[in-house]
Order: sequence, then structure tokens, then C-alpha cells
Amino acid sequence: MLASFTHILPLTTVVRKRMLPTAGHVIVKVGQKVNSTDVIGEAVIGRKHLIVDIARLLRISPRNAAACTKVKKGQKLAKDELIAETTGLFSREVKAPVEGRVVAMGGGKLVLETGGAPFELVAGIPGTVTEVIPDHGAIIRATGAVIQGVWGNGRLETGVMISIMDRADEVFDPNRLDVSIRGSIILGGYVDNPAVLKGAIELAVRGLILSSMSPALLPLAMQAVFPILLVDGFGSRPMNASAYKLLSTNNRRDIAINAETYDRLKGSRPEVFIPLPVSQEPPETREVEAFATGQTVRVINLIGPAQLGKLQQLNANPVSLPNGLRAKTAVVRLESGDQITVPLTNLEVLG
Amino acid sequence: MAIEIGAINTRAAYFDVVEGRYRFIGVGQSPTTSNAPVHNAMIGVQLAIENLQNLIGKPLMDEEGRLIIPSLPDGSGVDNMVGTLSVGAAIKTLVVGLLPDVSGKSIESLAQTSYTQIVDSLKLNDPRHMDEQVNAIVQYSPELVLIAGGVDGGASNSILKLLEVIGLGIYLLPDAKRPVVLYAGNNQLAREVQSALKNIASHVYVSPNIRPSLDVEDLTPAQRELANIVVKIRQKQMPDLVQVSELCGGIILPSSYAQGRMIRFLSSYFSSGKGVLSLDIGASAISMGASFGGDLHLNVFPQLGLGEALSGLLKLTALDEIVRWLPMEISPERVRDYLYQKSIYPGVIPASKEELAIEQAIVRRNLQLATRLMIQRLPGQFRPRSGLLPSFEPILAGGAAITGAATLAQKLLMLLDGLQPTGIATLAIDQYNLLAMLGACVEVNSLLPVQVVDSGALATLATVISPISNVSYGTPIVRAKLIYEDGSEMTSEVKMGNLQILPLENRQSARLQLRPLQHADVGLGPGRAGEVEVSGSAMGVVIDARGRPLQLPSEAAQRRALAKKWLVTLGDD
Repeated sequence: MLASFTHILPLTTVVRKRMLPTAGHVIVKVGQKVNSTDVIGEAVIGRKHLIVDIARLLRISPRNAAACTKVKKGQKLAKDELIAETTGLFSREVKAPVEGRVVAMGGGKLVLETGGAPFELVAGIPGTVTEVIPDHGAIIRATGAVIQGVWGNGRLETGVMISIMDRADEVFDPNRLDVSIRGSIILGGYVDNPAVLKGAIELAVRGLILSSMSPALLPLAMQAVFPILLVDGFGSRPMNASAYKLLSTNNRRDIAINAETYDRLKGSRPEVFIPLPVSQEPPETREVEAFATGQTVRVINLIGPAQLGKLQQLNANPVSLPNGLRAKTAVVRLESGDQITVPLTNLEVLG
Repeated sequence: MAIEIGAINTRAAYFDVVEGRYRFIGVGQSPTTSNAPVHNAMIGVQLAIENLQNLIGKPLMDEEGRLIIPSLPDGSGVDNMVGTLSVGAAIKTLVVGLLPDVSGKSIESLAQTSYTQIVDSLKLNDPRHMDEQVNAIVQYSPELVLIAGGVDGGASNSILKLLEVIGLGIYLLPDAKRPVVLYAGNNQLAREVQSALKNIASHVYVSPNIRPSLDVEDLTPAQRELANIVVKIRQKQMPDLVQVSELCGGIILPSSYAQGRMIRFLSSYFSSGKGVLSLDIGASAISMGASFGGDLHLNVFPQLGLGEALSGLLKLTALDEIVRWLPMEISPERVRDYLYQKSIYPGVIPASKEELAIEQAIVRRNLQLATRLMIQRLPGQFRPRSGLLPSFEPILAGGAAITGAATLAQKLLMLLDGLQPTGIATLAIDQYNLLAMLGACVEVNSLLPVQVVDSGALATLATVISPISNVSYGTPIVRAKLIYEDGSEMTSEVKMGNLQILPLENRQSARLQLRPLQHADVGLGPGRAGEVEVSGSAMGVVIDARGRPLQLPSEAAQRRALAKKWLVTLGDD
């Protein structure tokens, strides 16, 4: 059976595709080195459209409107710029109600595209541009440590990571937020107290990497202007040992946090990237592999904490679980030395 | 062979002729691989077929892993292959109708028969200015536009006016994001609609008017067209599906549509005089099909799927409405956390008793919500005034949450609590989730589905009698006598609030005499007694006198004790 992967790797090569939400302008070149927050592309999003009913305003039939129109499709217009006019004793004119660009004409009407907000696509990871997708995005290659999470609030940032965790199962105490960590990315534990998020917003931290969070805080987390990444999910869950070890040993390092949404179809996942210099490029992350003995796996529990272990044995036939469900299973030797039988569907390969 | 590409799993089912009749032989399964990182559904299909051939001990693929089709004289391979799919996010859909209660309602009904999410609807009386309507289309960037309006031969100006807005909105979208359009309105405008939109939309399809006259709604031809469109949209999202489709000779249908087609057929096959109900509880959606003598009412509820949609469930229901179904003490916060964690890991199965209890509580609640919506959408003649589920015979249930439940009692109670059937109904389990696949098989072999169903591929769970009565808890409401084939009898007096089993094993049959008390309705009319023939099943005859609608005690400990008691009554430890 094919295994799903979570990457928690101290040194690897990652390749990430970064795309604009709509066609725009890519401003990087192949071979260019970029930092995580460098803008690599620009576009305008959220444009509005305004319909100007030329025929009605000129009091002519739609058929005759084209002959009176003075602008062309694609033309940029300033506010009050002349769009169309009739001549004669009772001449009339139509002017642009706002600044905009003519995007459609016909049937006696004209459509002005106006407004919109500039969108800047940032690199997301520090690395080298290996491919440019004209008008749409770029592919970036980088080496370093990577820790994938399971939920993100859609934002990204770089900065120095400061750990305030002493244990993987720590509950984030809002009193740990003080001015000494202002402007940093904070590595914290489980958050169920809104004071933590409010305090982080007040302190203007650059990001939060949390083991887990109460779903009750989702609206607040979505409002935060900095990235929030959950390593292990929702509810009171300690950070898995592998991620905790890797993150805490990189305390006070420059890191990049890309808390993008977990999209199963596209494969995008929130992740922390810690750039590391290398003399020789390490292998790329593995993406597809069948379950096999010897793999390091994470046992996912929907209520309890995830457990890490080594896959010892794949059972050929479905077996009954303690709750009576029957499933294809594997035997996993946990870090504690205990052996458990787990449904294959509940395992992720770490690597 | 039939394959089904679900949100989580891909399955391959094999049928063969045994003693002159088609039989279901076996099913192989693999994780669905259309998502990242594999991005190729074909891999999952191949793995499922590989598992299938190992299971049935017959080569289906050649040495290079290619399906052998047609079969060879040595018996290897398959003669035909068909496919169904339910994988993929709900399709963003714009619905357009003229009058909200006429074509507007019909076009929404059409959208709800498939895996769609209605992002906006345009109607004649839309209060928004044309600019705002156009901007809404650009903002929502629908993948599908469904248009209805006007009776055949009726007025055309209104629909043409709406068409201007739609055309402009679509024109302003980038080429790659332009939607597919299905027009199912006034047939005299079809050509005009096609010529107006053909160079703007991704594709324009036309089907017969879903509202040919004010008092007639006919969704059937448009449903077929919509099924084809859904497959095409999926192929655009997942180009590798084209390869699967080629293997299936182009016969690949949305699972809900194929399931609906099978239910329509079974409605004639069983000819019980009542409707047939099917439900499929999947990760991507709950789909329910109710067919009354060939009149199919299909509903797909992507918002109630047991996968990623769970993160949005609390927008549709209060947490307490889930918690109240738990047979053990688990805090509401833990249940809430479970919903969100499961939405991250839709493929993970409950591994502990606690997790299973939560999962099954969610199934009950989601089934209740789906049932309520389905009842609301049924035409008046099929919708009881009580607001309860109409009487169906049989009720067919599928989806791993039901078929994979640990015990028969769990399967039955989830269905009874979620659906709350009325009258006399046979509950059957589509143990191998074959219904949709059989619905697709009809395209190449109309005999196969009949004979496979005949051979007992659907496992009867129980014959359920659900009396309706207003009397207080503990009052006897029905006397039942089961007269077995050998002449022996079993009698029982069932009190309001109780569940009772009258054993009747598979392959046995018996006569069931029902005498309602206190004017209760056992499905034969208020206070009316009668006798019915019943067939044996895994759980026999179950009298569910817990009331309709089922009211649970307000005190949590009492509720839990009762939930546990019901499980024990039905045979759980």
C-alpha cells in the first residue's frame, strides 16, 4: 500500500512551485537567488468592473453606439475622459466615471476594469530559481531542514525563531510572551487561551509555530497578520518528538515559515524551512513510497497524541482493532519500546 | 469489472458468470492516488486491480501491469470495464433561473443531484445591479454554470437579459478559468444560447428544458448531461482520469448519478408499492436517492461528507447535537477537536473505542441533517405532513462508516437514529459498496446488475417496524406475533420507548402479525392491524418503538445509559 509522507528532515533539498493567483508579471530569472520574503511576481487581484451603458446615456440605439465611441478595447482611461459623444444641435457625451481600462465593448455598452489591489508573490523559501513559468510563477530549489505541519493560516514570514518550549507537551503560557521575543518567530506548545494569540499580535511577533491549537481560536488565528502553523493539529496535542527535536535544536536560527493551507489535491502543505549551507546538495525529499518495514512512521490518533516508531511488520490480512473495526494493519515499535498494531491508513512515513 | 474512484479509496469489483448467472466475485482496494503527491488516479486503479486479482486468484493484468481487455480464451482479463468517481472537491456552481419558485428552484435541484457547491444564483428579480452581478461571477469564478428559465415556447426576453450578464461575467474571466455551461431552459432559445456563449464559455451543453411547463419538472435528461459534465470537469482537474476513462471505454459516471440510476431500477425491481431509498455515506459527500416507481429524487450533500467537510460541520449543527448520541462520556471539546483533526486526516479510521463512538455520533447527526434536507426537497405528494421520513421499502445503505462498523447493532442503530424510518421497512447493507458500480454496469450489460442483486449481493440487515404513537413512555403500543415456517410462534408486546428483536435467521421466512395499541400506526394506518410476510436477515425483525421523531432524555448520563442499552438490546456486549 502507498504511504503518505510527512517531511521532517534535518537536511534535504526541496523544490517548491510558487504561483500567482491570477496572471501577472514574474520578476525573477532562472538562476537568481531569492530570500523567503523576496517578491518574485506581481499581479492585480480583486478588480471590479463597471458597465457604462453608452447607448442609454447618449439616447441612441445600441446599433449606433459603436460609431459614437471614441475609445478602443484595452485603452486606459482617466476619470472623466471622453468615452463617446454624439454631434449636432443636441450633442451628448459620455465620460469615464472612474479611472480604468476598457476590457469589453459591444451591444451599446462598455466595460471598465477598475480598482483592484496589488498582489505580491513572495518566494516562500530561500533558494534558487530553477524555472520561470511566464506570467504565472516560478520554481525554487533550496537546501536545509524542513518540518511540515498540518494546518496554516495562509501567511508566510522569515525571521529568527525563538523557542519558549521546555517540553514537547507544553501548554503555551501567555506570560511567556514578553518584549524580548518581539519581532521573532515563536516556537510554542498547545494554545487554548486567546490571550496567547492576542499577546502575540500586540507584541508584533513574526510568526507562531505551535504543536496544536484549540479550534475555538480559529477565527482569531485567521485574523493574525503573521503566519501561524500547527505541527500536529487541533486539540491538546504535544509536538511530535521528531519535529520538536529538530525545531528546538535550531533555536535562534533564521527560518522561513510558510503557513499555507494544506491542499490535498495540489499537495501544498504548511512548512517550516531552515536554510542550511551545504557543500554538496542532499537528495530531494521522497514523495511516493510503499509501506515497508524499517520506515520511521507517525501513528496518527484522532483524539490522542501522535506516536513515533519504526514499522516492524506489515500484516497481510485485515485484523480486528480493539474497537472491533477490521483493517489492514502494521506492527509498529514505538520509541518507548512498546509494540502496537495500527491500521495502515493511520500511518504516515516520516522522511 | 467496475472501478470506483472515491475520495479516499479506489476499488475494483469483479463480476463473472457462475452457473449461468452473473455473480459478484470480489473487490480489491487501494488508496486513491489522484491527489498529491502521486497526481495519477491510474496508479490507484492499477493497485486496486492488482489486489483484486490476488484475491480472486485470476490474472487480470499482463506482465507489464496492463489490464487484459477483452478477456483471453484462458479466462484471464475482463470483457468490459466501467467506472464511477466521487473524488474531487465540490464543483463551484452558478445557478441561473428566472422565477425563484419555478425554474430557480428546479435548477437548484438539478445542481444538488451532483457534487456541486452553489456559489451564487442569478434570478430575474435579482436586486443587484448588472455590475454587481458581473463582479460576483468574476469573484466566484464558477467552474459550472447551470441555466434554466422559461417554459418551452414561452417568453425569451428575460432569459436573454440574464444571458447578457452571464456572458459578460464569463468573458471577463481568464481563459483557463472559464466555466462549462449547461442550458436546460426554454428549448426554443437553445440555439441562441449556444451561439451567444460558445466562444466565451469553456463548453456549452444543452439539455431538454427541466421546466417544460409551469407545473412540470423533469430533471432526468439534464441529470444525464450534468453527469457527463461533472466527469469532464474532473478530467480537467485531474488529466490522468482521461486514461482511466479510455480503459473504461468512455463509460465513467459520477458515483451519485450511477447510484441514482441503480435505485431507479431497483424501485421497479422490488415493486413494493413504496419508494426505495439508498444512501451512501462517503468522505466526499452523503448522497441519498429516493425513487418512487421510477421517479428519482437524488440529493448529494458534499457539506455532510465525513472527510474534509467536517471542519465546516459546526456551521450546520450545534456541537451538542453530535455529543448527545455518544454512548460514553466524552467532553464536547474532545468531539470538536476530533472534527477538525479528522478534516485534516480524512483517510484515518477510528482506532479506539472512544474515536469510534465519536465517528458514529457524527454519522448519526449528518444522516439526520441529510434526511431532513432530502425530505424538504421531495415533491409534496411524497412528503408526509408529519415531516418524518416517508415509508420506504427497502432502504439500502452503503459507505464505509456503515458497512465497516464493528457490529450489526452499530450498523442498525446508526441507520435507525440517523434516518428514523417509519412504518415497515427492510434495511439492507450494500456491504461491498456495489450500487454505484452496478449503476455504471447498466451501460454495457443490463442483465448483470439484476442478477447480481438477485444473487444476494445486498445483505439484509433487519426488517424494521417503527410504530408512530403519541402515548407516554412505557405504554404498550404494539403486540407482535411472529409465526415461523415450522408453525412455532413468538409473541411480544412492545412498549413505547423500547427496542425489541424477534429473531428470524437468514433464509427463513415468517408471517408477522401486528396489532397496534392506543391507535398507534405500525405502517398499516393508525390503529390498523395486519399481517405481513417477512424474510430472515442478520438481525431478524426489529421493532423500534422509541418514537418518531426520536426524543432523547435531556440529562446526559441518562442519554448515555440509554444509548448503551439500545446497543446491548441489539446484541452488543
